[in-house]
Amino acid sequence: MLAIPFEEFLVQTVNGLVSGMILALVASGLTLIFGIMDVVNFAHGDLLMLGAFVGSGVFLSTNNFWAALLVAVVVIAALGALLQLTTLRPLLGRDPLTTILATFGISLVIQNYALWQWGPSARKISEPIGGQFQLLYLQYPVYRIAIALLSAAIIGALWLFMKYGTYGIWIRATTQDRVMAAAMGIPVPAVHAAVFAIGAGMAAASGVLFAPLVGVTQTIGLDFTLRAFVVVVVGGMGNLGGSILASIFVSLLEAYASLFVSPAQAVIVSFVVLVLTLLFRPTGLFVPTPK
Amino acid sequence: MLALRDVHAHYGKSHVLHGVSIDVGPGEVVGLLGRNGVGKSTTLKTIMNLVRASAGSVTFEGRDIVGLATHRLPSLGLGYVPEDRRVFRLLTVLENLRTGLDRPRMTAERREALLEKVYGHFPVLRERRNQAGGTLSGGEQQMLAIARAMVLEPKIILLDEPTEGLMPRMVGQIRAIIELLHAEGVAILLVEQNVPLTLAVSDRVYIMEKGAVRHEAPAAALRADDAVIHQYLGV
Repeated sequence: MLAIPFEEFLVQTVNGLVSGMILALVASGLTLIFGIMDVVNFAHGDLLMLGAFVGSGVFLSTNNFWAALLVAVVVIAALGALLQLTTLRPLLGRDPLTTILATFGISLVIQNYALWQWGPSARKISEPIGGQFQLLYLQYPVYRIAIALLSAAIIGALWLFMKYGTYGIWIRATTQDRVMAAAMGIPVPAVHAAVFAIGAGMAAASGVLFAPLVGVTQTIGLDFTLRAFVVVVVGGMGNLGGSILASIFVSLLEAYASLFVSPAQAVIVSFVVLVLTLLFRPTGLFVPTPK
Repeated sequence: MLALRDVHAHYGKSHVLHGVSIDVGPGEVVGLLGRNGVGKSTTLKTIMNLVRASAGSVTFEGRDIVGLATHRLPSLGLGYVPEDRRVFRLLTVLENLRTGLDRPRMTAERREALLEKVYGHFPVLRERRNQAGGTLSGGEQQMLAIARAMVLEPKIILLDEPTEGLMPRMVGQIRAIIELLHAEGVAILLVEQNVPLTLAVSDRVYIMEKGAVRHEAPAAALRADDAVIHQYLGV
């Protein structure tokens, strides 16, 4: 660490926090769905990608980023609820392998649909907030900070909703004990569909927010969803707070690692953390030790 | 009000209920006794459609409720307190109660009144309202489970072994709360191993053996003559 100037360290801290927040947005949808239905949603990244494409379509016709964000979230949330009703509800309570295969199938369908519908070339969504500011020795895009803040705002809203809202209590009660929740009159099937819709909507939001940085292609979600799976495991499967902390933790680690190696190699750090977590603390790093 | 007629149920391939017939009238406290594993809890689960009745009928206020989704039963007037209490361990006491309180067509005043009522009956729940359900003692969890069913304003509560594993002092409290519910006109179908308690609080008692009801009698008759109890329960 001695050879690294302090300024570079600070810049990487900002980078780590920014990508950590985007990752947290992707991961919280994933972990929410896992927590309540024990479904590992392999189509999460594809919903993200589909959201980005829907967003780019709206952006093309309206030239309004916020309209693109809103429409993408609503459309993909509705699609998420539809997928849950048609594909996952009949499989509830079955072997987890069947739901893994089902979501994997959905993933393939969405990927091929996107390729057929939009082709292989990248589409563009322009960033709504331009400009750069001076961060120590480099020009830093304002939009990157804006994405982090927006992601934090969405996650914060989700947290408030889960903590205080009636539907949040319904979701948490259903997550803990599906049977007792039903016996208390909570409409469990509707809660499942709603949670899938929320998770899908959050994936779509991540896709649109992320799109200005990389352009919209079939592979836009690939990198983030792979790491989202890592942080969902590291944070404790189904634990929302744990996933968010794990996202920031893993992203900071990667950012610091890229001080020493290339960013592509820095990704390895995530997987090292994953393997170590699975070996030594398989319930997750950021969950309280069960009493 | 609640009527089971010749109800059969299976767990996988094993046939657990062999034609159970039970009636509970409005405001009546009915005890369901029997040794372990004779199907008492399964009977309650079948009423709640947590176990599917494979034959027979279950009606509540004349309405067939077999196959009706579990989450629709509380709004008809059925409250359920399961055998292992099943409080939501990570939800606070207040949030546990809110699972029953925050329902459609609930006014703020009525909600407040219901909350005050259960806090009045169970002051410890008010003290611990912001504590996670999982941190409560066994007796407190039982109170929370009963309070949670009470806020649904049920016409009948299915109460599964409420005194199991509790200290004698707690058993007295549970008995007091059953008597209070009885006085308020709430019907109770009580599954218990505690025979003296059941005979004391019940109007009528059914005795189950091998998945079927073998005997039915007014609790007063069994209190006077324990030969039947001895025959079926060996106590």
